[in-house]
Formats: sequence, C-alpha cells, structure tokens
Amino acid sequence: MEKPSLFKDRIMPVGVILLCVLAIWYVAVIFLNAPFERDTAARAGTEITFSEILPKTMFQQRPVLPAPHQVIAEIWNTTFLMPITSKRSLVYHAWITLSATLLGFGIGTVLGILLAVGIVHNRAMDRSLMPWVIASQTIPILAIAPMIIVVLNAIGISGLLPKALISTYLSFFPIVVGMVKGLRSPEQIQLDLMHTYYASPAQTFWKLRWPSSMPYLFASLKVAIAISLVGAIVGELPTGAVSGLGARLLAGSYYGQTVQIWSALFMAAALAATLVIIVGFAHTAVLKRMGMKP
Amino acid sequence: MTSTPTSVVSARHLGLTFETNDGPVNALTGVNLDVNKGDFVSFIGPSGCGKTTFLRVIADLEKPTSGSITVNGTTPEDARKNRSYGYVFQAAALYPWRTIEKNIALPLEIMGYSTADQKARIDRTLDLVNLTGFGKKFPWQLSGGMQQRASIARALAFDADLLLMDEPFGALDEIVRDHLNEQLLKLWDRTNKTICFVTHSIPEAVYLSTKIVVMSPRPGRVTDIIESTLPKERPLGIRETPEFLQIAHRVREGLRAGHSYDE
Repeated sequence: MEKPSLFKDRIMPVGVILLCVLAIWYVAVIFLNAPFERDTAARAGTEITFSEILPKTMFQQRPVLPAPHQVIAEIWNTTFLMPITSKRSLVYHAWITLSATLLGFGIGTVLGILLAVGIVHNRAMDRSLMPWVIASQTIPILAIAPMIIVVLNAIGISGLLPKALISTYLSFFPIVVGMVKGLRSPEQIQLDLMHTYYASPAQTFWKLRWPSSMPYLFASLKVAIAISLVGAIVGELPTGAVSGLGARLLAGSYYGQTVQIWSALFMAAALAATLVIIVGFAHTAVLKRMGMKP
Repeated sequence: MTSTPTSVVSARHLGLTFETNDGPVNALTGVNLDVNKGDFVSFIGPSGCGKTTFLRVIADLEKPTSGSITVNGTTPEDARKNRSYGYVFQAAALYPWRTIEKNIALPLEIMGYSTADQKARIDRTLDLVNLTGFGKKFPWQLSGGMQQRASIARALAFDADLLLMDEPFGALDEIVRDHLNEQLLKLWDRTNKTICFVTHSIPEAVYLSTKIVVMSPRPGRVTDIIESTLPKERPLGIRETPEFLQIAHRVREGLRAGHSYDE
C-alpha cells in the first residue's frame, strides 16, 4: 500500500474546494455589490463602467456581501491587534461564548449519560422518558431560549448559567440517543458470559457495557459539542446580551455591519471546528488505549 | 438409574418448551442423563436437536419447563452462583478492548481473586492452552484458533471442575480443529475436569469422548447414549482403527434412527 502523503491526501483536496468557494464568493461579491455603485453613480449623474465598478465592490463600507479579504482583515484586526480584554476584541467575545458552550456541554454530557443509563437499566424509564427526550428536540430552540432566560432571571439566576442551560438543552439529546445505543451494543454472547460468572449489574456495566459504548459516546460528543456552540450563540441573541459571538452578530445586524457579522460567523465556525477536532483527538487517544484495531 | 455421589449433572424427564409467535417449540423432551465426575461427554445431533439448549440449561442460561436437573447436586442456578462451571461459547467472545491476559483476568476480577493469584492463574492457563507469550496481545492480533484457545484459558482460570463447551471449534478449519482436539484431550487429562462438549462432527465426538449422547430434533430428545470403549490415551491415528470406526458407525446409526436425515 502506498504511504499516505499529507499534501496529496489532505491538503490538496481541501485546498481545491477552498479555492472554488473563494472564486464563487468573489463573483457573488461583484454582482451583489454592483447595484449600490450604479445607484450612487446615477444619483451623482455620472456614467460608470464595469471596470470602474469592479474595484469599488471590493472595498465598500457596508457591502451586501463583504469580500473575503475584508472579512479576513476584520478578523485579523479584532483578533490580533486588539487587547483581549477590549469589548471590540473578537477573542473576548469568543471566550464569553466558549465558556457557556463548555459549561453547557459538560452538563449536557453528564445529564445525557445519566439518562441513558437509566433508560437502559429501567424498563419504566425506557417507556416513559424516551418519547419526552425526542419531543424536547421538536420545540424550536429560538422559541424556548428567551423563556429559559426569563424564567431563570425571575428566580435570580443570570449570567453564564442560563446560556449554558440552552447549550445543555441541545447537547444532551445526541448523548442520550448515542449512549442508549452504545450501552445496548454488547452482543448476547458477551452478556451470557457475564451471566455465567454471576457478575453483579455494576460489574456488567463497568466491565462490559461502558467500554462497549465508547465509540458511540465519542460520535455523540462530536455532534454535541458543535450544537452546544449553536445553543450558546442562540442563547445570546434574544436576550440583549452585550458580549459573546451572538451579541456581536446581533449588533452587526442592527447597524448593518456585514463585515462584523461575517467575521463573527467565521470565528464561530473556527471555534466549532477546533472543538470537534479536540473531541476527535480524545476519541483517537481513548480507542488507542483500548487497543482497537488501527 | 439413580444418581451416584460422583454425578456432576443429573437430568430426569427434562423438558423445555419455547413459546414463540408461531406456537410452542419443544426444544427438549424427556431427557434422562447422568454425567459423572471426570467424564468427557459429547452431545451430537443435527441443528435443532436441543444439544446447545441442554448445555444452556446446565449453565442456567435457560430454565427447563418440566422435569428436574441437578448440577453438582444443586439447582443450576445455585451451581452458577457457586461459579462451578466454565462456559466456552461457539465464538471466542473475547472483549476486544482487553488484552489476552486481561480477558483471562475478567472472571478472576469478577470473582474477587487477589492480584497475585490472578497473575499466577493467567500464567498457568496460558501455558495450558499453549499461548505463553501472547498475554499482552489484543484479540484481533491472534488467529481464530488462538482466540478460541484464549477463551478456553479464560474458562479454566477459576476453580470450576465442570467445563461446558458449545461447538467451540465449529468455526475453525479441519487442520486447526484436529490440533485443538488433541490439545483438549491432553488438557482434560492434566486438569481432571468434567467436560460437556457440543458438536455436530461425528469424528470429533468419537475421538474426544468417554460418553457420546446422540440427539435428534422435533422434538429435541436423546436417542442413544454410547459409552466409548477407546483407551484414554488417544493419538490422532486412532481414528483409523476398526474400534473407532465401529463407534462412529453406531453414532451414525443413532442419528439416522432419529430420522434426522429425512428432511
């Protein structure tokens, strides 16, 4: 077998797609921003040619669609050239959102695992709980997020926790579904073996069900961490939050700062990708320790 | 037929009926059988004759619906709770996240053996099944035959005098199977265990056993019990002797009498 090469197998395919996306983006920038330039010229009573419009569409103050280099410049300025304690620093806002994401993800993971353990070991919980778990996800998060914030505020809980709980609300679901499947994944023959040893339910859980469920847990964690971030951002939108990536998106749309919106979006995407990659590394490390076939 | 003090398994009029959606299925009817200490008993018959079900009843993995059975003089449930048998399944059923020695340690951990004792038992049983040096390997690094030997080691690691084996070599090729049969006889000789062995191979049953139980399906029942006259010392070449062929012939006749070839 040929040795996989980093350039040929990893960088090149991703790079080609990236170039395609950038090309489409630039074309879209020209067509979406051109009408504004024509209107401006018409109002001034001057004629403007396409070759004159072209460079102008790339550097508008409030473009319909900002050009990639504008977004990159904005991210660079607000990430690296700003002290991270500044309210205009993207790192500061990302940290606010990240802390809510991680707290919500942590609570969601623990809650999801506990519910799955209950569902797998208790028939009554299996029958009664699972439909509610599924129903919980049919409610639009945008509708329930303000309710959670308002209710928690009324009982004196504010700040990080309400936002984290919205993350929890989204992230516990894939954990429950994945872990119920994972804890039920041991084969009958493996369970029979435990039965012949007269193993206690706790021993069967820790020596068989829990290790069997690890691949399912990590698949769920990858989904859960990404939607935890979505939950935290959504939690910042309807609540008039002044900091966090959600607040940044909202402020941007109030003032027509499309460059700011897009840079916050990209920051959120990069954050999600980083988190998923970290979970992926943990996944690989755990499976390696468990001696799984590479 | 009365059970003697040395009887390890004793079944009387044993029956088991599974309730299925297509109506009741008689897996076992009227089974009378004694397995004595030190016996090597093979159960042979076509699929559906109840041989695996009978083994699972001994192991308390299935409950009989009629008749009675004792294992080591008690109910199968108490025998299981006393950890008085080791069970080897059709598949090795090794836990893929545990090394071979950790797999052998699994029953020892559950039964609360000390760490030092575990270590000694792992070394001893690995030697018994000729797997010394493979303790640190993971199951996927071993061949099918070695995996099955590891699962036998796991069943031998704790102090159970009875070994229940459900077609342990069924999935292996003939050359590996011959080799493992030979090793199993040596192991039986060295450990003085009582072995109940399910198979659907006539040569395997005759080669290994001191007693061969011939079974037939629909309903699952015992049609013949053959006491082997072969000596305890059995080189592989014994399978060409007239005495061996005579016993094999009787087993084949027994299977035919059960109408098992009719359909």
